[in-house]
Formats: sequence, C-alpha cells, structure tokens
Amino acid sequence: MSDAASNAAPAASGRPAIEIEHVDKWFGDFQVLRDVDLTVNRNERIVIAGPSGSGKSTLIRCINRLEKHDKGVIRVDGIELTEDLKRIDEVRREVGMVFQQFNLFPHMTVLENCMLAPIWVRKMPEKDARETAMSYLERVRIPEQALKYPGQLSGGQQQRVAIARSLCMNPRIMLFDEPTSALDPEMIKEVLDVMVGLAEDGMTMIVVTHEMGFARQVADRVVFMDEGDIVESADPETFFNNPQNDRTKAFLAQILHN
Amino acid sequence: MEWMRKNLFSSWGNSLLTIVALYLVYIIIVPFLDWAVFSAVFTGDSRAACLGPDKGACWPFVYANWDQFVYGRYPEAERWRVNIVFFLGAAGLIPLLMPSVPAKLYNVIFLLVAYPVLAVILLVGGRPGLPMVDTSYWGGLLVTLVVAVTGIVVSLPLGVLLALGRRSEMPVIRMFSVIFIEVWRGVPLITVLFMASVMLPMFLPEGVTLDNLLRCLIGVALFSSAYMAEVVRGGLQSMPKGQEEAARALGLSYPQTMIFIILPQALRHVIPGIVNTFIGLFKDTTLVLIVGIFDLLGQVRTQLSDPNWSAPQTAVTGYVFAAALFWIFCFGMSRYSTFMEHRLNAGHQR
Repeated sequence: MSDAASNAAPAASGRPAIEIEHVDKWFGDFQVLRDVDLTVNRNERIVIAGPSGSGKSTLIRCINRLEKHDKGVIRVDGIELTEDLKRIDEVRREVGMVFQQFNLFPHMTVLENCMLAPIWVRKMPEKDARETAMSYLERVRIPEQALKYPGQLSGGQQQRVAIARSLCMNPRIMLFDEPTSALDPEMIKEVLDVMVGLAEDGMTMIVVTHEMGFARQVADRVVFMDEGDIVESADPETFFNNPQNDRTKAFLAQILHN
Repeated sequence: MEWMRKNLFSSWGNSLLTIVALYLVYIIIVPFLDWAVFSAVFTGDSRAACLGPDKGACWPFVYANWDQFVYGRYPEAERWRVNIVFFLGAAGLIPLLMPSVPAKLYNVIFLLVAYPVLAVILLVGGRPGLPMVDTSYWGGLLVTLVVAVTGIVVSLPLGVLLALGRRSEMPVIRMFSVIFIEVWRGVPLITVLFMASVMLPMFLPEGVTLDNLLRCLIGVALFSSAYMAEVVRGGLQSMPKGQEEAARALGLSYPQTMIFIILPQALRHVIPGIVNTFIGLFKDTTLVLIVGIFDLLGQVRTQLSDPNWSAPQTAVTGYVFAAALFWIFCFGMSRYSTFMEHRLNAGHQR
C-alpha cells in the first residue's frame, strides 16, 4: 500500500469493518446489551445465535442506528456513530439490511423497490438504476417478477427481492435480522442459497439466525449471545463440537435435538 | 321476478319488511314528486304565478335569481371573469381526476400554482382592463366554492405537516403541533369565524386591514387543517414500523421516507376520512353567513326577502334548490373517493 492511497478514504483496507466497544443499551429499565465488544473484519461472515430476547437483533440494529446505543463506541468503516445525522446517513449507505418481515414497499413494484434508493440516495441516473436493479434481481433469480407488486409474491420471493433491494445500494456490509424466521419451511432454502452465494463472493455479513446448518456452512465465526452479553465466540468447528460455556451447551443441546 | 322472489320475498319476515319499506318510500316520494313536479309552477316572472292554495314548488324563483345564486352581487358586466375562473377550474380538475389522462405533474402545477394566481387576478381585479371588485360584492356559489376549495387545498398539506409534527421526535415541533391541533379542534367554527372577523383586526397593527373574506378563508383553512391532521395521524399510526425502518436502512432521508414510502400508503388508508373532512368543510362554508358573507345559502336567503317573490312555497323551493346543489357537490366527492379506493385497492393487496 502506497502512502498516497492511505489517506484517500477512511475505509482503507487495514481497518476492521465494524468495531463495537463496551456497548450498553437499555429499553427503559431493562438492559438489553451489557458491555458488548465485537470486531468484524472485512470479508468476515459472522453468525449471531442465541435465545430470543438475548439482544441479537438489537445489537445489529445498533450497527445501522435503527436503535441508538446508550454507552460505548460503534464504528462502521471507521465512522463513529453519534448523533451526527450526516454520519448516520453515510453509514446507512454502506450497510444493507434484510429484515425478518421483508419490509418491501407494497405500493411499488419489485423493480421500483430496487430502484428507489439508488436514484434518490446515490443520485444514480434512472437508466443505470434500472440496469443495476435488473442485474441483482437476476442474481437472486427472480428477474421475471420485476413488474409485480410484493403482495403478489411468495414469502421466499419477497425476501429475495429484499436482498436484491439492499444489494442495489452496493453496500460493503450486509446485516441479516432473522431473514428466514418468517418463511414457510419450503422457502427457507431458496433464501439461504442466495445468502451462501453472497458469502462466497466475499461480502462482509452479520447474520442473526437460528439456521445452524447455514452457520456451519458459511460462518467464519459464530457468536453466542445470552442476556445481552456475548457469551462465546468461536469458529463453527469449535463452536458446535466443543462449546466452552454452559449456556452455549444448553442452547445447542436444545436446538440441535429437536 | 326470480330476483324479487329470492331477494325481497324469500321469507315471511322478509316480505313484511319489503312491504313496509315500499310503503315508506311511497309516502315520502309521492308527495315530494307532487310538490316538485306535478303541482309545481315552472313559468312566470313574479310571485303572482306561484300564489294559490294547491301550488307546489315555485321554480321561476330559482331561474329569476339564478345569477344572484351563482355570482352574488358581483357586477354584471364583470361576471365573465367569474365564468373564466369556473371554466379554468373545471378544465384543470377534470383531467386530474381521470387516472388515464397523462401529464399529471403539469396538471397539478397548473392547478396549485398557476390557477390560484390567475383566479385571484381575475376575481379581484384592480389592474388595467380589470376593474377592482371588492370581495363584499362576491356571493353565492362563487363564495361557497372559493371558501371550500381554499379550505380543501390548504388543509391537506397543512394537515399532513401537523400530523407529522405531532409524531416528531423534536419536543418543540411536537408541542407546537399538539397545541395548534387541540386549540383549533376545541373551538366551534362559528367562534373561529367571529374571532376572525371581529377580533383579528384588533390585533393587527394600525393601518393594516385584512379583507373580511380573506380572514374567513384563513380561519376556515386553519380550522380544517386541525381536523385533517388527526385523520392523517390515524393513517400514519396504521403503518407498520418496518416500512420506515426499511427506508431509513436504505439510506433514505426522513423527508424522502415520508414522501415516497409512508405518506402514499398512509394517505391511501384514510381516503374515506379525508373525503369525509372535505365534505364536512364544504357544508360548513355556509357558516360564513354569520359574519356577513353571502355564500350560496346566504344568497338564497337574501333573495327570499324580495317582496316580488313572496309566495307560500318560495322559501321551501329556495332551500330545496340550495340543498340539491350542495348535495351534488358532496355526492360527487363521495363517489369519487369510492372510485379511487377501488382503483387503488385493485393493484396490490397486502
């Protein structure tokens, strides 16, 4: 790396994609996150597992500031998240998010869903936005649905559109908040396949999921959260075969045996 | 016959209800038709035609005073200006209401920017070739439409802003919106109009005068904005939280999120409520009567005091006529809103 390149962008390659340091968060009197530390490197795939109410979703929602953390530091691509709206917008442009409930915009076609943000946030010309949208819709294998409305699609198709919509913004990091939890079992695979493809292309991903097969297959690291705290963090091999913490063991015993 | 047997006389109770309903229709419709058509007077040029014990509606009263009902005391030589304003309004509105006509954006710009300016220039005048016509000469349908249309056009955007303000995270904006809405909603429109016409001039600096009609327009517009704000807020509350989150996560700003994602859906949910407010507002315009402005109803009342038309059925005829005109406008709005609901629901159900 030359000196000239090093001051070009704050996102220079040496720095971790996401740094979370000593983060606390309360909902009223209830503490959801307790002194959470997590560093995600570039191109790293992290799966966050844990019982419901453990703060997994809240943690990733803090990364793009859908939730505000109360204490500690969160840096995304070197940009620290504070009250500064400009920085929040900057982070949101770089971070895509896929929700459990898809959250497609029902009054727009699939194509319009995908083109909206590139046009208005990235100021992309309409023609380019259309091409980008179509190329990502092809990538999630539903280009033929482009002119339909979300309500006309199955859950699996909607979730794939939601992934394409996020990718159209060309994010550096993708957050997945239980992307398959609202799907009928027969549709889970089509969504996971798209996510595996994304992982193979080297996208930095944080995935909150109960799909342990997916974790085994693509995760570089599995993080186990309980009661707002990261209890254990290890590569999938160690995590599944040799968990250290009792709570992890109990959790794995529960979900792997039913 | 088959249909009647199935739907009207399918059972004992059903047959009885049908007969009672038919009887009720009979005792209401027949006398009304008799009054409005069979015994009505259609020709004549003074009260003499309508005098008599068995005479029904006195329709000549309506044609003889038609111009007053439409223009009020607007000078006869200048009424072409009002006609142009009516015509341009219709020409701008009708294509806008038809979904298949293209160029909606230009249409809206014409109707919301160019048209109001043109209408004010034409109606008020005070320019070479266009003598000034003081608003105290305006009346009839002209005033009804001016008040109603201004109220409708101002109250929707202002109501949206107030509704958003009420949900804002900024305490100052939220407080302001809540106070504004609750104050205007808590006061009867008559009080607002009295205040606008009597008290407002006391607060204005020396030498500044505001036209009486303009003051009423402002009063009506602010009053209906408060109602509109609550209707819109209902729509905003019906939106799932995920919609806003998804938009913000994509990097859309707050205004973009509202304009592209939240408002189109929220407003669609509350079309019946919005139109309901519009209809209420349209009918409430008659209240400007009490501050000395003669809307359609006021103008009808004024003409009733004309001794040349003093006959037993004149007053009823005048009121029925006014009611019918109001009904046409309100029913039109109601039908249009139903049409739009069906149209918007057809595309994409969720």
